[in-house]
Order: sequence, then C-alpha cells, then structure tokens
Amino acid sequence: MGKFIVRRVFLAIIIIILGAFSVYAVIRLLPTSFIEKIARERATLPGGKSYAEWLKQLNAIYRMDSNVFAGYAGWVTDAIRGNFGDSWVYNIPVTQKFKDVIWYSVALNIVTFFLQTAIAIPLGITAARKQYSKTDYSITVIALAGISLPSFFLATILKFAFSLKLGWFDLYGIVGRNHEFMSSFGKILDMSYHLVLPVITLTMLNIGGLMRFTRTNMLEVLNTDYIRTARAKGLSERVVINRHAFRNTMIPLISYMSYLLPGMFAGSLITETLFRIPGIGYIAYGAMIGGDIPFTMFYSVFLIILTQLSLMIADIMYAVVDPRVRIN
Amino acid sequence: MSDNIEKVKPEEVESNFLTAKESRAISKENRRITDAIEKQRNRRNVAESEYTTQMKNPENVVEFDDLKTYFYTDIGVVKAVDGVSFNVPMGKTVGVVGESGCGKSVTSLSLMQLVQRPQGQIVGGEIRLNLGDKVYDVAKVPSAEMEKIRGNVVSMIFQEPMTSLNPVFQIGKQINEVIVLHNPGVSNEETKRRTIEILDTVGIADAEGIYTRYPHELSGGMRQRVMIAMALVTNPRLIIADEPTTALDVTIQAQILDLLRTLKDKINASIMLITHDLGVIAEMADYVVVMYSGRIIERGTAQEIFLSPSHPYTVGLMASKPAVNRDVDRLYSIPGTVPNPINMPNHCYFKDRCPRAFDRCEGEYPGEYFISPTHSAACYLYEDMDNAAKTR
Repeated sequence: MGKFIVRRVFLAIIIIILGAFSVYAVIRLLPTSFIEKIARERATLPGGKSYAEWLKQLNAIYRMDSNVFAGYAGWVTDAIRGNFGDSWVYNIPVTQKFKDVIWYSVALNIVTFFLQTAIAIPLGITAARKQYSKTDYSITVIALAGISLPSFFLATILKFAFSLKLGWFDLYGIVGRNHEFMSSFGKILDMSYHLVLPVITLTMLNIGGLMRFTRTNMLEVLNTDYIRTARAKGLSERVVINRHAFRNTMIPLISYMSYLLPGMFAGSLITETLFRIPGIGYIAYGAMIGGDIPFTMFYSVFLIILTQLSLMIADIMYAVVDPRVRIN
Repeated sequence: MSDNIEKVKPEEVESNFLTAKESRAISKENRRITDAIEKQRNRRNVAESEYTTQMKNPENVVEFDDLKTYFYTDIGVVKAVDGVSFNVPMGKTVGVVGESGCGKSVTSLSLMQLVQRPQGQIVGGEIRLNLGDKVYDVAKVPSAEMEKIRGNVVSMIFQEPMTSLNPVFQIGKQINEVIVLHNPGVSNEETKRRTIEILDTVGIADAEGIYTRYPHELSGGMRQRVMIAMALVTNPRLIIADEPTTALDVTIQAQILDLLRTLKDKINASIMLITHDLGVIAEMADYVVVMYSGRIIERGTAQEIFLSPSHPYTVGLMASKPAVNRDVDRLYSIPGTVPNPINMPNHCYFKDRCPRAFDRCEGEYPGEYFISPTHSAACYLYEDMDNAAKTR
C-alpha cells in the first residue's frame, strides 16, 4: 500500500509539472495579452513614450521578456516557494483573491453534490427495481429532461417563475439589499437564501447523469447469480437490495463520483455568471479573458492537483469496497 | 411438415410476425394479467388457512400437482411449465432431466418462488410442501412467509459456483447470514462455530482460513463446496441442486456428487436434482422425471428409465449418450429442434421429431399412460398397454 502511494504520488508530480507547462504555453500563445493592452493604453496618453517603448518596459517589469521555457521555469521556481504573485487583472495577491471567492463556489457545489447524491441514487435504485414500470418511465423522463436542458434555459425559467412571478427570490447576486446591517448569522442565512436557485439549477442538471448511471449498474447487479443466491437464502428484498446489491453497485459509482470532486472547486462558470455569484468560475473566467497569467496558472494548477488527488482517492476507495482489487 | 402447413389458416402461418399494434396489445394484456396476480400476491395479513393444505401422501416432501408457470413476454405467453405433476419422497433423490429450455429450472424456481417476476407467474396448480407439522401450498404462500422457507426448509445449489457467491463479502459472512436469518437470537460465537463446522463437513481442509477469504480467492470446486455448505447449514428438508456439476471439471464432479449423497443421508434430506447429464442421474437418482417443452413425458424409477426407456424422446436421449462398451462412428442426435414455445398446438410436442409417430399422434396431447405402477409415459404408443392394465 505504502509503495503504491509513493509511486502514485511520483506519477502525479510528473503529470502536474507537464500539465502546468501546457497551460502556461497555451496562455502565452493566446492572442489576448494583458501587457499589450496596458502598453496600448499608456501609449495613447499625451506626452508619453511610444507603444514599443512601453511594451519593452512592461515586459521587463512583468518578466515576460524571456521565451516560454524560461518563463515557465521562473514561474515554477516562485510557485514552489509558495509565491504565486499578484493577479494582473484584480491587482491583489493571487492567493488572496482565490481565498475571497472560492468559498462561494465550494458552498454552492457541496450542497449541490449532497443534494444530487441524496436524490439521484435512491431514484436510480427505485427505477432499476421497478424496471419498465410507470415509476421507472417517469423517473427516466425527468432525468433525461434534466440532462437535456441547457443551464441558461433552466436558470432563466427558474428566475422567471420564482423571482419575477412569485417574487420569492432575488434575481441576481449573493447578498440582499440589507446585508450590511445583519447579524453574522443573518448574513449566512441571507447568502444561503441567495444560493437556493443556483443550487436547484445545478442539482437538476446533474441528477440525470448520476441517476442513469446508478440505474444501469443496479440493473446489471440485480441480474447476477449472487443476487439470486441471496434471495434463495431467504433474505428479505430490502436486505438483498441494500446490502448485497448496493455494495456491488458502489464500485462503479465511486469512480464516477471521484470525478465530481475537482468539479466542486472548479466552480460552475455559466450558472455563477447567470446568477452573478462571485464564485471561482466567474472570477477565473474574467482572469482568463483578461490574459491574467498568474491567476490562471494558479487556478489551473490547483485543479490539476485536485484531479490527481481525487483519482488517488478513487483508487484507494476501490480497494476498500472491492476485495478483488488488491493494491500493489 | 409440409402437409401440416396447408391445414392451418393463412394468418396463423404468419404468426411469427407481429405488428407494433399487436405487440402493444399483447403487452397491455400481459400487464393486466400480471398486475392482477401481483396485487393478489402482495396483499397483507393473508390468513394462513388460505395457503395451508394437505399432502396426498405424507411420505412426500413435495408434491407438484398440475403446476403451470407461464411467462408473459411481449411476443406472447410462454408456457414454460405446463401441467407438471410429480412427487419428491422423503430421503430420496429425484432427477429431473431434459434439454435446455424444457422447463426443469423453472419448475424448481417455482418451488422457491424465485421465478423472474412480474413476467413469470405461477398461474395454476399446487406445489404442496411438507413442513412436518403443516403443509403449505407454495403457489399461494405470500412473499413474507416464503422468506422463512427459502434457505431454511428448501435450499438451492446453483449451476455457476463462479458467480453465485457475492464477490464483496467474506465466505464466513455469507454463511453466517443464513444461520442468523433462520435462527434468530443465536450468538456470534455459536454462528461462527457452526459455519466452520459446516465448512469442515463439506470437505474444506482449512475451514478457519477459508472463513475470512473472499470468493475470488477460491477455486470453482471449493466455491461449489461453499454453496453446498450454505445450502445445508440449516438442515433443510429438500435440497434443489440445479445442475450442480455442469461448470466443474470431471474429477471435481465426482467428488461433489459423492459429497451431496453422503450429506443428504446425514441430515435425511431429499434432493431434487436438475441436470441434462444422464450419467449424473444414473449415479444419484432414485426416481427420474423426463421433461420436454414444459411437460413431463416420462417418469419412473431410475432403473426403469435406464433399462427400459419408453417414450421415443427418452429413447433418443439414451442413444445420444456416449457409452464405453458401444462402438459407434457418430453419436446419435435427435433430428429436428425443440418447437417454438409460443402458441403450441394441441398435439404431442415431440410428434414432428418422433421416429415412431403414427396417425394417432395427430390427435390431442396424449395423457399419461402407465407401463408399470411406477413407470408412465405421455405417448400414444402405450395407450393400449395402459388400457389393458386397467381392464385386467
């Protein structure tokens, strides 16, 4: 086990270094350049230096006067020391900006994750147990509708119904008008209240996939010989499903759900934008179109590390639930 | 075959083709029938008097009486078991033989109420199960009550030991489960002791070590021994062995059959042995039932069936079995194939493949004609013999 983890970590480090390099190279090659934009602005100011002069000076200041490889090496040297630099677009340290916005997204996604798991897995199991019944068909139709609806459409309908017509929720934002005057508990309640519609949107979008996946796997397990054996033992249907079948359905579910972990921190760009929630998805999008190399690099590397971690956790969890998998 | 087709109406010839409309109508009708049966079955608080009955002969463990198990599929009703009657006497082994799809497994699954529902349903007949102090009609027993019978009074050993054990639980736990389920209040130590004891009994050398192993760490023969241990740990009155040796290699087969036989005598159980291997039947069975297309076509003691097979199908089966002392170039095979199980005509199902068919066979499905008090065949060849015996 120890040996496996060491080897896995070693592999992960190589992947992280190469992954970060590809991201860096791609940003450097993007036509959007933050420095060129600043230089162009400065050059239009009266009595200043020319565009070429500004560009040279700014490149030196932002350390962009080297080639891609040298630039990347410089970034890595700083990053290893924990220095990720200042965000160009937001003008504060990258880690500071990240800390400010990440929790909105995490809160949004964790609530969504638990809600979708709690809804989708029981629904999937019910649909599998009553295959081809009316219950199964209705669940499948709802799930497919969830998968097929684009998030902007669903969000717009929800806003139309619950904000405009019923007036239950605010249209935009994470805080209400009187937020500053509330007690700290009241502030939390206010934010939760504003997260209701985004959470519903994301949950409805995600339920379909997880539910279909659970249903398919459950059906496969229910048709196996060992489930027949469990029934032949005289176990009640509840025990057969919840103990014998579910443990086996878990195995593929774990790999599916492990991919959801990095997603929790990646933010949900479209939904956050639609509801004007200043989460990481919304902020990272702003940084990327602004050509903000330090912020984009930090965000991407963070996601790469998280993906590697979740894959490792999935491997270890596999061994926990499936005795046939022995790690070595 | 050809003159046969001329007789039926044109629309019946095309009965293999279904339009979407017909298919929908069938599905709708099926759902109506199965829903009604399911509703009947899922009632709560069913009075015990509704499903208790009397044995015809108290020496029997199980009496199948005109059992009918049908499958309501989208292309029509499959009469997988259609009027099967036979008995399993106490302490005896009854072999059920027949080729794939003849309904032998469905007969045994009906006894366990494990037929794939809602499509598969017992629609008629009785399965009288002798519990010692009372007799249940399994066809009517509600699901909750059935859970107490399965694995306790009747246990089942399946064909595929490789896939019949749950891969994520330890062997010990899977056997413990049966003990705890049918003996509430038994202590953990006692459960473990009994599990190790039964593993020992089925000939597993290192029972303590196997207790914590997982199924994938065991060979096929070992797994089948575990399945047998699991089936026997509650001292059942009847063991259903559904092709217990088909997936095993020949040397292990003999060991497993030996084991089954000794253990059966030890706990004085009966065995219902389902197989298509006539060698296994010859070795194990006291009585033999031969099935074809969901019906019994011949039954008798093992001696009678092997020494004087009567129904042309049984004769064909015997001829298609390789024998050491016979010198043949080619193994015999019965010509033709098993008929389509949907919309069976009302005449002998074997008629078209039968080498001894005569004009009488065009009539309705033959009844059961007795050749001796224990030996009968559903074939018109023996009609006269039966009548003679009756008039005598």
